[in-house]
Amino acid sequence: MNPSKPHREISIRVENLGKRYQIGQGAQPAYHTLRDQISTLVTQPLRWMGIRAKEDLAPRYDENEFRIWALRGVSFEVRQGEVIGIVGRNGAGKSTLLKILTRITIPTEGSVDLWGRVGSLLEVGTGFHKELTGRENVYLNGAILGMKKGEIARKFDEIVTFAEVERFIDTPVKYYSSGMAMRLAFAVAAHLEPEILLVDEVLAVGDAAFQKKCLDKMEEVGRAGRTILFVSHHMPAIVRLCERAIWLQDGQIYREGPAYQIVSEYLSESLGTTPIREWPDLMSAPGDEVVRLQAIRIRNAQGEITDTFDIREPVGIEMEYVVLKGGYALHAGFSLHNDEGQWLFASLDTDMEWDAKPRQPGRYRSLAWIPGNFLAEGTMMVGPSIRTEDPEILHLYEPETVAFQVTERPGLGPSSRMGFVGHFPGVVRPFLKWETHLLDPNPWNGRPGLRVENLP
Amino acid sequence: MKTATVRLPESLPLPENRVEEHVHIEPYHGPIPLNLKEFWRYRELLYFLVWRDIKVRYKQTLLGAAWAIIQPFFTMVVFSIFFGRMAQMASNGYPYPIFSYTALLPWTYFSGALSLAANSLVGSGGLITKVYFPRLIVPVSSVLSGLVDFAFAFLVLIGMMVFYGYAPTVYTILLPLFLLLALVTALGVGLWFAALNVKYRDVRYLIPFLTQFWLFATPVVYPSSLLEQPWRTLYGLNPMVGVVEGFRWALLGDRPPELMILVSAIVSILLLISGMYYFRRTEDTFADLI
Repeated sequence: MNPSKPHREISIRVENLGKRYQIGQGAQPAYHTLRDQISTLVTQPLRWMGIRAKEDLAPRYDENEFRIWALRGVSFEVRQGEVIGIVGRNGAGKSTLLKILTRITIPTEGSVDLWGRVGSLLEVGTGFHKELTGRENVYLNGAILGMKKGEIARKFDEIVTFAEVERFIDTPVKYYSSGMAMRLAFAVAAHLEPEILLVDEVLAVGDAAFQKKCLDKMEEVGRAGRTILFVSHHMPAIVRLCERAIWLQDGQIYREGPAYQIVSEYLSESLGTTPIREWPDLMSAPGDEVVRLQAIRIRNAQGEITDTFDIREPVGIEMEYVVLKGGYALHAGFSLHNDEGQWLFASLDTDMEWDAKPRQPGRYRSLAWIPGNFLAEGTMMVGPSIRTEDPEILHLYEPETVAFQVTERPGLGPSSRMGFVGHFPGVVRPFLKWETHLLDPNPWNGRPGLRVENLP
Repeated sequence: MKTATVRLPESLPLPENRVEEHVHIEPYHGPIPLNLKEFWRYRELLYFLVWRDIKVRYKQTLLGAAWAIIQPFFTMVVFSIFFGRMAQMASNGYPYPIFSYTALLPWTYFSGALSLAANSLVGSGGLITKVYFPRLIVPVSSVLSGLVDFAFAFLVLIGMMVFYGYAPTVYTILLPLFLLLALVTALGVGLWFAALNVKYRDVRYLIPFLTQFWLFATPVVYPSSLLEQPWRTLYGLNPMVGVVEGFRWALLGDRPPELMILVSAIVSILLLISGMYYFRRTEDTFADLI
């Protein structure tokens, strides 16, 4: 059955896909011996003829007990030129999905349609042979990935330049560093020029500079109207490269939507974080006999409670607290940590109206704004605190109470990245004011011997 | 950090000669097609795998090409001493060394190709679990790459024929056909074992035993004329009998193979076709099992 293509622009269609594995398949020698094989040989022709013994000669065991569905009931479509991300925990079915899409394994049920040449970067370097030279491996690897000989020959120089191994191209790969071998392998795969590219975690390859190159190349591929299905644990890359993301959980599609939203939901759910915490019961709320915290919320510029922020957006940290006992000059504040546990900064209420002024009992709200274009990408954890400065009293401090995600979506105007795609280091990312002037268009004028070359 | 601002063109055109390829994946219902078209589409990969096998084999071993000669040559020497000289084995009037070497030549190729093919899938596990291609390419490439060893061993035969003063007969032009018969047999049996080997790992212990047994069921150390009817008919079911008799006939002018060789050919083709079907039927589970 060959379903006709409904819309020209659809490039991947997955329908009700399921893959069942038998646990211990191939790993349980008790069921896979010669004896078993021989009895199967005997029964198989009978089965082909439709004859079935009442009890098969092959040893039987309760089949359902050893079966798990690695993937079940998964359906989605990807348009041509769309870059789609797949997120999910280990064992959620991501690799199984990719293995079916790349035809390494066949599904148990459902179907997949792919329109266009499929290339995959599942594990770069597959089929590299250490005894062969870099040159020989490029040809071999290209052929394994489905390239024609002429095509490899045409792209050969480009591949070698991209991998930065020009000097060692006729050296056996066994003398390469692992980084060099990986670069060469990725370079071959990256030049496959498929219309559908399936990518699994290649960004773990090589140093930061090479990672950047890979991301650039992928983005280039994406812009060239090709379809990319990208499986990664690198969430910032998913947000930057993908428009849409699918969240797999226990072999099923759990959520699907804009990549930035899915990633941030995924992160907050897997970290168990939330953008709001409230303590309706005052007596069990954090604090002491002077002040108790009633709520902390993270709001965007529109006033909505959210944990999803673009890097350019300001983040509002709102605290509500009840002063039970007057006479203390209080300061609300909070600490900010990233998901690596680094303390980014702390902040105290800077509203001069209340500075050093003893408060009367009552309910208060303090709202602080972290400006846009200030934090780096990542998960940020907020720890509210309330203190009195003189005498020094810490009434409450609740580290990592709420959290929010900072991601960088494409197409929302300039950011500090300025189009840079790779790993961007640093815990903050301020958008600084820069001034660049052309001082002298002809600086070598009158200085013989100095030559200025145009950089590529 | 040494980085430049990367500005990418908003849209690049797709490759001009874009061919709309469509792949449909779903579980099989009913009989599984052999899909030889797909195999043909990947013929360049076959070429590269054969090329890799040969290159690696001759690069990795110290003796390189000599290894291809040493194995049949020394087997011939040992056989000549024990069977030819000590046991006074009949050799249809030919000097025993050349009598056994004409048989060892296709036999060494056959047994080597068979065991390479049988172990090829398990040996390429890394490839099979990572990339799609028709798996049939793997055992086929093992069988083909053994032909280079055969060519080197053939040079020794030429030397021996000069030494013993034998001119090849006109039937030498049929030699490729007999070699093809050995290849098809090796591939047919190799396919069965390659697929079984993935599923049942104890099969690989069976292969050396099988080839050893097969060696004595083939007229390598003795002439087939030693056997009387009705055993000769049964004997014809072994395609290697036809191969060895054919080699001796074409090269030395020994008795021509009887009509039994047609039975041999049919048996070997049946082995190949059934092997291909069995292989194909298990092919899609290889990645899950390896």
